[in-house]
Amino acid sequence: MIIDISRFINEEREYWTELEGFLDKLEKDPSFRMDLGQIKRFHYLYQRASADTARIKTFSSEKNLRQYLESLVGRAFGYIHETGRRPRKIALLNWFFNTFPQTFRKHIQAFLISALITVTGCVFGGAAVGLDTQAKPVLIPFEHLQKTPSERVAMEESMDKDTMKGHKARFSSYLMTHNTRVSIFIMVLGISWGIGTIIMLFYNGVILGAIAVDYIMDGQLRFLAGWLLPHGSIEIPAILIAGQAGLVIAGTLVGRGEPVSVRQRFRDVSRDILTLIAGVAVLLIWAGLVESYLSQYHQPVISYELKITLGVFELLLLTLFLWKSGRKTHADQHA
Amino acid sequence: MRTNTLNIITPEGIDFSLRLAGPVTRFLAWVIDAASVIAVFTMLEGLFKAIGALNSDFAVALSILIYFIISIAYRIVLEWFWDGQTVGKRIFQLYVMDAQGLNLQFSQIVVRNLFRFLDSLPGLYLVGGAACLLSSNAQRIGDFAANTIVVWKQSIPEPDLDSVLADKYNSLRVYPHLAARLRQQTTPDEAGVVLQALLRRNQLNPADRVSLFNRIAEHFRTLVVFPQEAVEGQSDEQYTRNVLDILYRK
Repeated sequence: MIIDISRFINEEREYWTELEGFLDKLEKDPSFRMDLGQIKRFHYLYQRASADTARIKTFSSEKNLRQYLESLVGRAFGYIHETGRRPRKIALLNWFFNTFPQTFRKHIQAFLISALITVTGCVFGGAAVGLDTQAKPVLIPFEHLQKTPSERVAMEESMDKDTMKGHKARFSSYLMTHNTRVSIFIMVLGISWGIGTIIMLFYNGVILGAIAVDYIMDGQLRFLAGWLLPHGSIEIPAILIAGQAGLVIAGTLVGRGEPVSVRQRFRDVSRDILTLIAGVAVLLIWAGLVESYLSQYHQPVISYELKITLGVFELLLLTLFLWKSGRKTHADQHA
Repeated sequence: MRTNTLNIITPEGIDFSLRLAGPVTRFLAWVIDAASVIAVFTMLEGLFKAIGALNSDFAVALSILIYFIISIAYRIVLEWFWDGQTVGKRIFQLYVMDAQGLNLQFSQIVVRNLFRFLDSLPGLYLVGGAACLLSSNAQRIGDFAANTIVVWKQSIPEPDLDSVLADKYNSLRVYPHLAARLRQQTTPDEAGVVLQALLRRNQLNPADRVSLFNRIAEHFRTLVVFPQEAVEGQSDEQYTRNVLDILYRK
């Protein structure tokens, strides 16, 4: 049977036009919301267009009409079968104080693995510098750290002028953007089944461990803590969270026997990945400001004790935030 | 088999196809987007200069931050508000969509754009381009992670059949029993060939046009034989048009 195509078009056109009108509205205005009657009508029109597509495919080979109907069904399909709503506005405070720490805790295993890899790198780097002093220029590829820690401390403490004057803001923004780039890179490398993320975390750990042991062996632990803690207490956990996001990506790719397609797994986890990396970016803004405006100043300008206290306080606050913030209380759960 | 289309089957059993964008078109769209980012940043330079006159350190810091934010947020914001399109994609009629045909989530847009850090390595999107060539759905790594695809925006015109189904006298209709047999003997695919041939007849060169309609007419003459007086003096193209009229209009 071949359908009477002219009559078919004449009879159905008004429904297709009505469906197109709905779709145009939805596409042009993301805030457009249908009431119950409109939703029912939209669903009816979608089903009617689907049925028409089936008829034209079965009983006719009219290519243009088939494509036209397919495009209508395709456009409507997303709206019919997508359950998520487009957010009208993002509640930033709610996201930072609830969603971010909740997501962090949801993937705590990935964070612990990320921390373990970094610590392993630290041990390796520290041991390498401790056992072989010639390893220092290889493991710490920064020119300003090539002199002995004692020489550096003596130089920093004898400075009588503010070398950061006139550069603090640009240094701060450089640190923020650079560290955010590195964090994003650590995260996206998770797509290599986590190998890239693991290498980056390990390498960061190696540098950190090498610097720490170098300063400790030279008796400059107090300077080291005063120099690194104020910004490192935020920056290092931020990098670890980026590694956590990378390992979440790796875990999604591997799937661990879940009966869900890799496509669907990535779709399900994309919100968590976004939350983690956005949280990292926020933490790195703070770390960048502290590193530029505080960490580069040493005794006698700012006492090491004060800097260490501040660093420890930040670390405690961050731990408390990630551990407790957004956690539902007993009363909330029963409400 | 690898094709440049993605077929999606709805729960209602209807399948529709999406034409996937290849790496070259996507690269050209990216070039336009990169130029747009530079243009926006160049426009802001005057502002940075003005701020620099008051505080040069702050102006440089601001320019570093703004450039970083624009280079990342440009695509995210536009793809979110323009339903998967940026300036480059809009020019090339491309748009990003969910690989399962569903609506794009904001997190998918962000994830696919953050993966540009990897896809753009070692330069000029070589990693992303290679992934796009190897992927069955022409996805770069970011698309794979975000479960998105980039497709051509198909502007499907409303079908215009009036030009070939004009209300003219059809001598074959004088024999309704033969017309009914013709409808019964013809498959939808054969009917489709007739329709497409007539719709595209003006795109053919004269010799090919004569040859094509001769072959079509000969085929249909073997299916049902109409009396000589019904087809006398008709060209092959006219005969084909009459056949189409019977097939597509009861």
